[in-house]
Amino acid sequence: MVNPVSAFPSSAAKEQPPGNGEGRDRHSGPRVDHFTLDNGMKVVVIPDHRAPVVTHMVWYRNGSADDPRGKSGIAHFLEHLMFKGTHVHKQGEFSHVVAELGGQENAFTSYDYTAYFQRVAREHLRTVMEFEADRMTGLTLTDEIVAPERDVVLEERRMRSDTDPASQLDEAMNAALYTHHSYGVPVIGWGHEIETLSRQDALDYYRRFYTPENAILVVAGDVEAPEVELLARETYGKTPARGEAPVRDRPREPQPRAQRLVKLADPKVEQPAFERIYLVPSARTAKKGESEALDVLAHHLGGGQTSLFYRRLVLEQKKAVMAGAYYFADALDDSRFFVFAMPAEGVSLEELESAIDEVLSEAAREGVSAADVARAATRLVADAVYAQDNQASLARWFGAALSNGETVEDVLGWSGRIEAVSVEDVAKAFQWLDRKRAVSGYLLKEEV
Amino acid sequence: MNVPVPAVSRAERVQHVVSPGGVKAWLVEDYAVPLAAVEFSFAGGASQDPPGKAGAGALLAALLDEGAGDLDAEAFHRALDDHAIRLSFNVERDEFGGRLQTLSRHIDKAFELLALAVNAPRLDAAPLERVRGQVNAMLKRESKEPDAMAAQAWRRAAWPDHPYARSPRGELGEIDAVTRDDLVELRRRILARDTLKIAVVGAIDAARLAAHVDAVFAGLPARADLAPVPAIEVHGLGRRIVVDFDVPQANIRFGRPGIARADKDYIAAMVVNHILGGGSFTSRLFQEVREKRGLTYSVYSSLTTAESSPSLIGATSTKNERAGESLGVIEAECARLAAEGPTADELEKAKKFLTGSYALRFDTSTKIAGHLLHLQREGFDAGYLDRRNSEVEAVTLEDANRVAKRLIGDARLLVAIVGRPEGLVENDAA
Repeated sequence: MVNPVSAFPSSAAKEQPPGNGEGRDRHSGPRVDHFTLDNGMKVVVIPDHRAPVVTHMVWYRNGSADDPRGKSGIAHFLEHLMFKGTHVHKQGEFSHVVAELGGQENAFTSYDYTAYFQRVAREHLRTVMEFEADRMTGLTLTDEIVAPERDVVLEERRMRSDTDPASQLDEAMNAALYTHHSYGVPVIGWGHEIETLSRQDALDYYRRFYTPENAILVVAGDVEAPEVELLARETYGKTPARGEAPVRDRPREPQPRAQRLVKLADPKVEQPAFERIYLVPSARTAKKGESEALDVLAHHLGGGQTSLFYRRLVLEQKKAVMAGAYYFADALDDSRFFVFAMPAEGVSLEELESAIDEVLSEAAREGVSAADVARAATRLVADAVYAQDNQASLARWFGAALSNGETVEDVLGWSGRIEAVSVEDVAKAFQWLDRKRAVSGYLLKEEV
Repeated sequence: MNVPVPAVSRAERVQHVVSPGGVKAWLVEDYAVPLAAVEFSFAGGASQDPPGKAGAGALLAALLDEGAGDLDAEAFHRALDDHAIRLSFNVERDEFGGRLQTLSRHIDKAFELLALAVNAPRLDAAPLERVRGQVNAMLKRESKEPDAMAAQAWRRAAWPDHPYARSPRGELGEIDAVTRDDLVELRRRILARDTLKIAVVGAIDAARLAAHVDAVFAGLPARADLAPVPAIEVHGLGRRIVVDFDVPQANIRFGRPGIARADKDYIAAMVVNHILGGGSFTSRLFQEVREKRGLTYSVYSSLTTAESSPSLIGATSTKNERAGESLGVIEAECARLAAEGPTADELEKAKKFLTGSYALRFDTSTKIAGHLLHLQREGFDAGYLDRRNSEVEAVTLEDANRVAKRLIGDARLLVAIVGRPEGLVENDAA
């Protein structure tokens, strides 16, 4: 639903926030350095010397939500085309070099950012930086190259969505939730618009957004900041500044007033499912502390088997076989809070939905206890410690946050802010779970 | 910058811990991050599911953390949650495994809960029915997912009347037949010390680990009581099975017999597969099917080392109108590789990738623990960690040519397709 769409197939892992995991006394959290090159490109370095490898990522602060109207999918299509060669390197050369170095590479597009990465042995860092810097401005495209890649993207859309009723329902729910803002359009784009995307569309988009001022370099692994700084100056630093960073021009979503229900019935649905999405603030649009309170609320309501939804709906009432909730804080504009459940045999989705609403009213009425809040915070903060085990996860977390306008300090302070969430903050966060702000979705079996 | 990497021995970092009770574990001690990762497994996974009860192992795996000792399911999960301990069990075809991750300050509690789950699972009626409902819901969903449907059709044709014909995750209908007694019996047969392998990475020393693994595993029966699983070759080469399904894209699964992990040709086969469809960007299948023709988003082949039937399996998906063209390209590439073998350049590049990328398996505790467990399961000593790349280096063009012929042979494939494919002939009913 909110996972980024990748250039190449791979298993995507959900990223967890890193940070000052166990509190100042216990562990210091990841060590992070950051600086800015003369041309405006930001650089973040996360040293981890346990293995002689590095994760090298470049993030661009533009995603599918910046696609021009009528050109949905262009951010993602361009991401595919970025592997097609430059004035200096012919098509596929970068990928072949990475493969010969024993490296891994991929790229992904989300609503708010597009990122490219390689994972290689530390001594190959300069090589991948040279290639990545080259394709920031040197991309060349011909119609012969663009046409089959557009077919690849159409196959990707068929695979992800056109063969899967659950994905089609998600697309319809997002379109209903965002009546005006472009988060209502799928990252990969609508099929009929992908078919019309041209070489010129891709180049226009590329020239608008692929600039040093709009890019963030993140290097995690067996390196230190001075070494990365030197390499960055000699590679990315040679690209002249373009002036200003490109402006993201997105319409704001109006105040939502109507409850919405979207149903999708298909003979291919064997197992019905319920989902509801609320329009809520993101980490960036929220007032101070509000986003962290939503993190805690999501965990309390729907984070795993000890959550309120699971206990009430699965264990006690036996109306669902599973139930949960999560909050997607990581967005430039107003974001989403998800509630989902799968009905037990013989339970209708209407019945399940009212049971969910009863649990929500109970929770809003009775509030949460200090113990509930502390328990959720413990678990969320621990996830940040677990994230420190993985340099690639850390790189992704910092890259995504910085792409959305957060700072390194914001990210490192996340655990502390979670621990500061009070019972009152969580009670206040309930105001966002208003059905006027939400779309409910029913995935149903169509009898034929 | 471009200095050679110093030759660091990975094997030397592995401590071989033997507990007072005789339980063995591989340990990599590391305090850089305040965590510990534990991976362990027993032989005999889903292939031990009783006849007509596919999914018994999956149910057992899902139930071990649903209440143990004095703690009912809710209390057990609360204990895990309150200490932010991550514990799960899983079942594969030939293996029943567990995974524990904990913050270093909760290591004692984590092993205490693991010991309860392994030695005193309650297998209570309420969680059994709940988990059964969850497994059924998942299987129902998969029953209409094209890739899962193609895998099922392929599996059933490849291994008829064999445990491998069933999904390790269970089969609809059969799940309902599993009783608590089945789970008790299955646990008795599989959870035993003689097939147990353990790998631990993180902030714990050998003495402390020895005490913990004793508490968890020393009380298990000495010997497993596994039903023999007969070896079976992949059946149906040359068959094309079409499962009619109203979707715009044909999901294609193909395969043929592979090469066993213990076979002296396995490393060469790994290199050959990398050239055919292993490395996502550079492989022949990726280049021919995706890059040149735009027929698909994903196409790959891989070697599986299932004990009773190692195989070479691949998959792709293409719009129905071009399904025949896709499959034709795949078949032609298989035939060409068997007939001509790889080029010297391809071999060199494949070896560079496979040796260079090995380091990427060692950058997180959980990945290292997983790999150390895998090596033990496959029967290797820790020295393999240092030997492995030179074995890849040693593959000659002659080896690669010979093994390409051995692996791909006459290039006949068993193919299962879900969708409404055009441009190809189904030559056999499913």
